[in-house]
Amino acid sequence: MHPFSYRQASDEQSALSGVSGQPGAAYLAGGTTLIDLMKLDVQKPSQLIDITPLPWTKITELPGGGVSIGAMVRNSDLAHSEIIMTRYPVLSEALLSGASPQLRKMATTGGNLLQRTRCYYFRDITTPCNKREPGSGCSAMDGYNRIHAILGTSKHCIATHPSDMCVALTALDATIVTRGAKGERRIPINEFYFTPGDHPERENVLEPGELITAVELPAMPFTGRSHYRKVRDRASYAFALSSAAVALDIQGGVIKDARIAMGGVGTKPWRALDAEKALIGKTAGPDAYKAAAEAALHGAKTHKDNAFKVELAKRTVIRALTMAAQKTA
Amino acid sequence: MNETMDAAVGKPMDRVDGRLKVTGGAKYAAEFPLPNLAHAVMITSTIAKGRVAKMDTSAADAAPGVIKVLTPMNAPRLPNDPSYSPGGASGRPQDRKLSVLQNSAVYYNNEPIGLVIAETLEQAMHAAALVQVEYKEEKPALNMGREKKNAYKPKAANQEPTDTHRGDITSGQRDASRRVEQTYTTPMENHNPMEPHATTAVWDGDDRLTVYDATQGVFGVQNVLSRIFALPKSNVRCVSYFVGGGFGCKGSVWSHIPLAAMAAKSVGRPVKLSLTRAQMFGMVGYRPQTEQDLMVAAKSDGAITASSHASWSNTSTFDEFVEPTAAVTRILYESPAQETSHRLVRLNYGTPTFMRAPGESPGTFAIETAMDELAYSLKMDPVQLRLRNYAEVDPESKKPWSSKSLRECYKVGAEKFGWDKRTPAPRSMTAPDGRLLGMGMASATYPVRRSAASALARLLPDGTAYVQAGTQDLGTGTYTIMTQIAADALGLPVERVRFELGDTEMPETPVSGGSQTAASTGSAVKQAGLAARDQAVQIALADPSSPLHGMSAADLDVKNGMIFVKAQPDKGETYAELIARQKLPKIEAKIQSKPGEEKNQYALHSFGAVFVEVLVDPDLGEIRLNRIVGAYGAGRILNAKTGRSQLIGGVVYGVGMAMMEHTIPDPRTGRIVNRDLGEYHVPVNADIPDIDITFVDEVDTIINPVGAKGIGEIGITGVVAAIGNAVYHATGVRVRDLPITLDKII
Ligand SMILES: Cc1cc2nc3c(=O)[nH]c(=O)nc-3n(C[C@H](O)[C@H](O)[C@H](O)COP(=O)(O)OP(=O)(O)OC[C@H]3O[C@@H](n4cnc5c(N)ncnc54)[C@H](O)[C@@H]3O)c2cc1C
Ligand code: SF4
Repeated sequence: MHPFSYRQASDEQSALSGVSGQPGAAYLAGGTTLIDLMKLDVQKPSQLIDITPLPWTKITELPGGGVSIGAMVRNSDLAHSEIIMTRYPVLSEALLSGASPQLRKMATTGGNLLQRTRCYYFRDITTPCNKREPGSGCSAMDGYNRIHAILGTSKHCIATHPSDMCVALTALDATIVTRGAKGERRIPINEFYFTPGDHPERENVLEPGELITAVELPAMPFTGRSHYRKVRDRASYAFALSSAAVALDIQGGVIKDARIAMGGVGTKPWRALDAEKALIGKTAGPDAYKAAAEAALHGAKTHKDNAFKVELAKRTVIRALTMAAQKTA
Repeated sequence: MNETMDAAVGKPMDRVDGRLKVTGGAKYAAEFPLPNLAHAVMITSTIAKGRVAKMDTSAADAAPGVIKVLTPMNAPRLPNDPSYSPGGASGRPQDRKLSVLQNSAVYYNNEPIGLVIAETLEQAMHAAALVQVEYKEEKPALNMGREKKNAYKPKAANQEPTDTHRGDITSGQRDASRRVEQTYTTPMENHNPMEPHATTAVWDGDDRLTVYDATQGVFGVQNVLSRIFALPKSNVRCVSYFVGGGFGCKGSVWSHIPLAAMAAKSVGRPVKLSLTRAQMFGMVGYRPQTEQDLMVAAKSDGAITASSHASWSNTSTFDEFVEPTAAVTRILYESPAQETSHRLVRLNYGTPTFMRAPGESPGTFAIETAMDELAYSLKMDPVQLRLRNYAEVDPESKKPWSSKSLRECYKVGAEKFGWDKRTPAPRSMTAPDGRLLGMGMASATYPVRRSAASALARLLPDGTAYVQAGTQDLGTGTYTIMTQIAADALGLPVERVRFELGDTEMPETPVSGGSQTAASTGSAVKQAGLAARDQAVQIALADPSSPLHGMSAADLDVKNGMIFVKAQPDKGETYAELIARQKLPKIEAKIQSKPGEEKNQYALHSFGAVFVEVLVDPDLGEIRLNRIVGAYGAGRILNAKTGRSQLIGGVVYGVGMAMMEHTIPDPRTGRIVNRDLGEYHVPVNADIPDIDITFVDEVDTIINPVGAKGIGEIGITGVVAAIGNAVYHATGVRVRDLPITLDKII
């Protein structure tokens, strides 16, 4: 742990100005990712700007039926919000499958979007890691990689994005609202994250100092029939080995529209567009789900310890679709 | 008057230290606010083998608050009692305690190679991160399979013979109609007590040292430190009033303890040194990995004709610890022909150590899984197979058991569980929700140990008693059961007995390990209490002013602090009256209690039977425990509540071992990759089903004066195999490599 200074932001402006031109400054929200990484010397901010006093703590209905979620809404409040539970059950289920009650009470919507990978080597500064130290090498590639990604990997990094919430947001086509030096930006979640490519250190499109203010969910009439299924190494309090967030629009037994995103297997929250295509127009049932699962895992690349994830992820998708279909829309 | 009335012993009394613990009043080793306290943080190696070539501490030396940075280059030389050799006969892992910072060699990753001492913890952490280390690296030995060719035979397997041989294996195999031959493997596992190791060291002058330590054995710490610092034992004091879990890793003296003492001496101030969670993975022991080759051969009626158990486990390159896995196979079943062996493989990891039921837990996983495989091969019920081979006497030594209730355990356990509803074929049972249902069982066993122990009991003028033994309470309930034992021995209600422990100034007792505290220290406390009571009675009998004057001790009894005539209960006097009239400051007895001949004449073991039901998702492979039923014969249960908790805790530990615990070293560097509780999984509440524990009535008058067999460890034995056997029954997949994770069964 390195010495740092600490300041509370009183409003958006003081937060932005606290960080602008200060390469060592970082925003502190719930701290459940950042403080951990500071203790491990993985992140060494010289200044923390505590943004928890900022007023983005509300969940509000948007005109047109969508929902806006303030960046400072705690994961537990979001999960238990009435409107989310009824209109977007997949999001509530995803949040409740993550971490522990104590952590969910601390964790914020903005912080969750920016949580870092759980790759062991990223979290150990004594080992090479391209994400932490560009060009140093990837220790996971030939190391122990049971928890690592099989989709979206590059020869420089195979780390997963570990969030559950973000998988649901990806299936729901969420928009991330930010404010930075250039004013407000609205970024579709599918364009928010990068795959590692040649630059695993660059994880998303945010500019230095840019603040996330809210996440918006579009109106989507069929998301009542949505479901999150997470598979992990113990019954609770573990990151996903594989997960799936799905929503189905079924009319007269035929799939009109579908959303599928996967967790635990991708280098970013993984939207499975081909799998969705494979479903549309098909009769809802095992054959369609199986075909979608195959499409979802197309191109998966495994390493020494994570080959099992391909089959597991397919079965997770099938299970999530099966469960969602059983819900009444 | 010989025996005591059991007014308190056996009752489900609440913990006497419960209130202190939940209010934060219980002081742990890192919680002694000594004046002028300095904080130390260890620098640990990042290679598994080689030498520290250079340590640049200039930035750390100059960092705010830093008092001193100790390295192999500048650390004070330790005097070391030259007559003391590491390892030695004790069989206890010695780590590098004689050589902390005495040379620059590195034997494993995450080994202490330096120490920063600063005014605050944060300053010490910061400075430690500024130290630059250069190594001369050598190729480490990290893979057991690869190094197995260099395995060697240790002198003993944790006080048991290394190898055994009885009967004729070849003809036994010839007589058999079925034979199971399989290899079972278990990974390294770490104890992970909630409280990390911590030591606060303070010197008084140059030659008197006190350490507040998180330890399972204050006298072991005293002994080792006195030798390392060449001090008389009486100049070293170790205090450990509360311990936040041990499970074996706090049973030995590891490098951080002398390091804290060295630091305190070199800065002339008290120093506190706590391990981080990550530092718990390497320098304070772990369960070694094991590879076990099992062979069990039987006739078609199930009678075992031959068996063998060959075991390999890893030790470090500088010290020795044997995981004695094959020892259980020697005593569990009749087997006219048998061979067992233990071999060690040296690897560049820290020294392994005792971890809850060392030997018995991986050993019962192997033999009890092999028995299940044999039952399937014979098409025989697994309980019947075990009964068919029931050992009426210890099959190895041929000694009679002091007591054994295993038959009763099978019966009670099977009935409570509903074993008769099981259909034997794999995948033949399903739950209403469509998941596969599996039922499995296994036998549990753990030896009864006892060592010499002392205790002091003192009756005070106010009619209360003060009882002391320098033992430890790891959270198991020692404070409580000792209070109960002392109260009954003295004839006092528990509220009037104060029991103290955890200090080398108190009467000497053994390490709290091997489930021996109740048997060893409990016997001493009982005998000290009886001796103090008898003294009081003798004083009364001899005192002409006593209403009991001139009577015979045999006619008397003591209850509620009152010595009275059995035939005339209102005739007598209280301890307080007696002491007041006699103008005594106290009546006190200190005794030492020792095991006798019983160990030579009898085989001493606890036994149990455990039944498990699992539900397995047929597609996703998720295994959920549905219920666990265990029945145990463990002698006298001294406190029904804490006793049951011990068994539940043991079973939960077994659930972890069976389903998730796995210390994972990087294959190239030997650095443990999952060295935190986020990634080193132990069971959470959601993993634990209803656990139904029954103690079958077992009266054993041979083992020790309190009749208790020790219950800290038997709970983890058997359950691991029972879970695996249930998973096989549910899925038809036999997992012989722990932990049983979903990727192994989908
Ligand atoms: C033991 C453990 C288990 C966990 N298990 C799970 C799990 O199973 N599933 C899961 O999904 N997650 C899990 N998590 C992760 C947890 O969900 C995240 O740590 C949490 O969501 C982060 O939110 P926070 O508010 O605490 O972020 P912080 O730690 O405060 O911030 C994280 C990052 O985001 C930045 N930041 C925060 N808010 C903003 C903002 N508004 N604008 C711009 N930048 C911002 C910070 O500067 C920092 O870089 C686990 C965490 C732990 C410690
Ligand atoms: S997988 Fe990515 S995060 Fe992990 S070591 Fe490789 S580069 Fe670093």
